[in-house]
Amino acid sequence: MSEILLQIDGKEVKAKRGMTLLDAARSAGISIPTLCHHEKLEPFGGCRLCIVEVEERGWTKLVVSCVYPVEKNLIVRTRSEKVDRIRKMILELLLAHAPDSPKLQDLAQEYGADKDRFEKEASFCIHCGLCVRYCAEVKKKNAVGFVDRGISKEISFIPEIASKECNNCKECFTLCPTSYLQAVFVLTESLAFPST
Amino acid sequence: MPRINSTDELEKVRKEILSLRDPNKPCISICAGAGCLASGAGEVIAAFKAEIEKQGLTTDVDTKGTGCPGFCERGPVVVIYPEEICYLQVTPEDVSEIVSQTIKEKKVVDRLLYVDPATGEKAIHESDIPFYKNQERTVLCNNIKIDSKSIDDYLSIGGYSALAKTLTEMTDVEVVAEIKKSNLRGRGGAGFPTGRKWEGSRNAPEKIKYVIVNADEGDPGAFMDRALLEGNPHSILEGLIIGGYAVGSNEGYIYVRQEYPLAVVNITLAIKQAEAYGLLGKNILGSGFDFTVKVHQGAGAFVCGESTALMTALEGRVGEPRPKYVRSNIVGLWGRPSVLNNVETWANVPLIINKGADWFTQVGTEGSKGTKIFSLVGKITNTGLVEVPMGITLRDIIYKIGGGIPGCKKFKAVQTGGPSGGCIPEEMLDLEVGFDELTKVGSMMGSGGMIVMDEDTCMVDVARYFINFLTDESCGKCVPCREGLRQMHRILKNITQGKGKEGDIETLEELSETAIEASLCALGKSAPNPFLSTLRYFRNEYEAHIKEKKCTALSCKELISYYIAPDKCTACMICARKCPADAIDGGKNRIHVIDQEKCTKCGTCFEVCPSRFGAVKKISGEPVPAPISEEERIITRKSKEK
Repeated sequence: MSEILLQIDGKEVKAKRGMTLLDAARSAGISIPTLCHHEKLEPFGGCRLCIVEVEERGWTKLVVSCVYPVEKNLIVRTRSEKVDRIRKMILELLLAHAPDSPKLQDLAQEYGADKDRFEKEASFCIHCGLCVRYCAEVKKKNAVGFVDRGISKEISFIPEIASKECNNCKECFTLCPTSYLQAVFVLTESLAFPST
Repeated sequence: MPRINSTDELEKVRKEILSLRDPNKPCISICAGAGCLASGAGEVIAAFKAEIEKQGLTTDVDTKGTGCPGFCERGPVVVIYPEEICYLQVTPEDVSEIVSQTIKEKKVVDRLLYVDPATGEKAIHESDIPFYKNQERTVLCNNIKIDSKSIDDYLSIGGYSALAKTLTEMTDVEVVAEIKKSNLRGRGGAGFPTGRKWEGSRNAPEKIKYVIVNADEGDPGAFMDRALLEGNPHSILEGLIIGGYAVGSNEGYIYVRQEYPLAVVNITLAIKQAEAYGLLGKNILGSGFDFTVKVHQGAGAFVCGESTALMTALEGRVGEPRPKYVRSNIVGLWGRPSVLNNVETWANVPLIINKGADWFTQVGTEGSKGTKIFSLVGKITNTGLVEVPMGITLRDIIYKIGGGIPGCKKFKAVQTGGPSGGCIPEEMLDLEVGFDELTKVGSMMGSGGMIVMDEDTCMVDVARYFINFLTDESCGKCVPCREGLRQMHRILKNITQGKGKEGDIETLEELSETAIEASLCALGKSAPNPFLSTLRYFRNEYEAHIKEKKCTALSCKELISYYIAPDKCTACMICARKCPADAIDGGKNRIHVIDQEKCTKCGTCFEVCPSRFGAVKKISGEPVPAPISEEERIITRKSKEK
């Protein structure tokens, strides 16, 4: 495979064709925050936290590093005033859902995000989709899925599948950054297939 | 139907169709578009058929249900050929008079003609009506000439001749070159150059490619694509087949929203007819080119008008957008090169092929060539579809074609570009309409929605309305759109309810930045436009709402009060009787007073108070004056003493 040279935060980075900017940065030990990314899963591009600034032929634009493919001679900046401002806003929007999530709290501290900026929401799911995608892509069970659309979108276990598969797996539990998933599972379990 | 195997045979069939038609034979064409059908065109068509039979004219007169000519405000629209007499707002009761007067006696029924409100002059022909006179109808004009369910009608006006020309006289490269030369830009929203999009797909190495019609028209108040697909489905089909040939695709899709049942029926029928004639399928016109088309009905998500979401939905998955760092004309449907163009874009293709790119570029501005169809709606005298040359001013569209604002109201703004477009104020009405011009002033061309607003419209509430629409329609995949719009809508709602606070505008601006810069697809990226453009031109309204709790347009319910001016009230009791909340105290000879606690602000009193009194007032940003004393409320009829 051909090697691609690019610059991330002033550092020369070697990458392979087909890698994303996030892959390339991480391979060079440069960290970019993510919430919906998982190395075993297809890139999702939902949380947008991994947004970075790229410069190409004098043009600067913001791209999401978990889906943007590496290109020759690209200049990437993983932090800038604008990038930080957007990450802060994304965190504040998510903290309205899950103010007590340790992962969000750590990031909030780094980016100066105020967890009380927006009115609290009832659901603490942040729609990273890790559980849904892990179950579909890795376990190939589809025991949990998204229902509805937009601001009404929620995750939901499919009782018929979950009652058979989930008790012996629960691998998705540790993926959830807000522990909302466990609550949903317990609720589904108690309503649809009480474990008696 | 015989299969047509060559261009010569196509011309022979066309001649046969024309030879059976007498251009002097009277034909009654009635608009059977969605607007006119809603105002009773179906009954009018039935009445004409019955009347003609009754008067024994079945063999002497044709009747046909055509596509939408655009003048929806005055539908059902009837045009009588060959004289081209245009009757408006025709009801089944008018039918026998039209048949006996116009068809038999060749006399015009005066009362059904268009009357110019300014001059009082009557217009006999469609082309004399100012609404039509100031348009440039190259795409829409055929709608009224043909029965939208008849391929023979389409062939009779030269249909499929562009396809024949492409297949026999042009190479794929030449077709792409011609479209590139025409500078045709996508009519669906972004205005991407069509020729460049095609070229990208054509040059992509994959063998299998797709061409797709985006008929997922979802903007509130927009019905351009609907009218075309319902009225002249073959023109879109012909464009699509030409596109398939040009990029090397043998499969086309029409993604049409399920909410357009007539469009679905008409395009499906058109495909069947074209297949029967051999204009679709294997070896079209003996050229060796194969092409098939399938119709896919959208399940009602606005976001599926976005290219990647549309393709994901076509693949049978949830209609959510995907990252588009590689364009979909290279990696699109099922990962293959896919050309997706809007209905109106495809409808322009046969015209450009037939008349040439040079003809097309004669009309328009530097960056935007040809014509554009807009659906002109809102506070406008002539609601309907208008096709205008690019470069026409907004003022000409609104006043010359649209007939201005009804009810002696003042113009306030025109919203273009659909929900994620922007509001353009009066001082910019002389702006020339074009893709780049509209973007420059903070709005966009979009697919062609044009909503006119008068002085009674609150611009903060307009922003709230559109952001609410987009919040509802967000797919929910990415945070800046799903969560950002949720918060923007909440803040805007608070402002319109008098709960706005210092710093709200700045928070909205910050949320807008995040949505624009970080959203996954164009829906989120353009969603803040309704807020940003109204803030840009009507910032004072935002500030009045927040600081003075005042809605200057007197529109936001929570910020207005109704009040009866004691010096104007004649105690006529009309408002007191009509008030649904029993909130008006008063009786005969007793000046009425609104109980502010009981008032639901429905506005009934304001509407029913006779204009000669004008006693009921709407106020905002100021306290309601204290009621006058009981003694002062008693009216002694001074007027009678005088």
